[in-house]
Amino acid sequence: MNLLSFFRKKPTAGVARERLQVLLAHERIATGHSELLAKLQEEIIQVIARHIAIDREKVHVKLDRGLDTSTLEIDVDLPAIMPIMGARG
Amino acid sequence: MAKVLVVTSGKGGVGKTTSTAALGAALAQNGASVVVVDFDVGLRNLDLVMGAERRVVYDLINVVQGDAKLAQALIRDKRLENLSLLPASQTRDKDALTPEGVERVIGELKEKFDWVICDSPAGIEKGAMLAMRHADVAVVVTNPEVSSVRDSDRIIGMLDSKTAKAERGERIEKHLLLTRYDPGRAARGEMLNVDDVLEILSIPLLGIVPESDEVLKASNVGSPVTLSSPTGAAARAYFDAAKRLAGEKIEVVVPMERKGFISRLFGRRVA
Repeated sequence: MNLLSFFRKKPTAGVARERLQVLLAHERIATGHSELLAKLQEEIIQVIARHIAIDREKVHVKLDRGLDTSTLEIDVDLPAIMPIMGARG
Repeated sequence: MAKVLVVTSGKGGVGKTTSTAALGAALAQNGASVVVVDFDVGLRNLDLVMGAERRVVYDLINVVQGDAKLAQALIRDKRLENLSLLPASQTRDKDALTPEGVERVIGELKEKFDWVICDSPAGIEKGAMLAMRHADVAVVVTNPEVSSVRDSDRIIGMLDSKTAKAERGERIEKHLLLTRYDPGRAARGEMLNVDDVLEILSIPLLGIVPESDEVLKASNVGSPVTLSSPTGAAARAYFDAAKRLAGEKIEVVVPMERKGFISRLFGRRVA
């Protein structure tokens, strides 16, 4: 560190701004996804419940984000004896 | 038509309670009838900042649960007769707040006052969610510092999705109040400046409150800064912000560094 660089401290606000921009771009997508997931979960429950009596708590929707592909995992626990509603008859 | 305003931030210690007291007082000083409501159940402080800590008898929880009437719990400010405080409970926890109870109390307050200002607790849990729930307008208090800006961004997302207005498909009015702003450090690039924060959060600017001794002095003596140092820079920023909330169009003044004689002589060399 020479005398000149002692007097010219590198401003850090620019670093703060860039770090925030990158971070928030990711976080906004992530929280947006959690709303998307909640919506998907609700609609999936509605569709299944039209035909099968299911426990709302036993429907799980999970989104795994990968670099190239993301997967949507839907896990529904059905009752042992399926009470089929509104089926033919 | 009464307006419900929430003062929120996500992060703690950025100036929500100070700003609630100052904006509430400024609106009242301009002639509106105002109630400030402390939602920080278990960690109340609005009473202390307003100088009413020894006058609390009943609180928000008592009214929510029907143990006291609203009129019994409201504390009228001794300096401004059109400013009232509804304190939070210090002994109960936030689970004592029920959504139905809060909705009823807010409804009653809207009949009595022009402005209902809800001081949100920090965080994103129940108390903070209930404080923003019925808001028409939100003031997001932010410091020019990375963790505060990040938390404000999160809160803005919640205002857009978790409030009653958002759920009805309406837009909630959001304003940024930048507090503890140090113009000198921002000018030297040591602190995020106004444009940086505005660009990142992209909500309209309500005001910039410069870092100031007057704010601490005001809380020391239990007075909103607009009453204790009405001509100071912080109070002026709050007065202007209150006028903007009331619909006046006033340009936001970005505070500039006040240079002393010595730094004016030598300032250029070290900057």
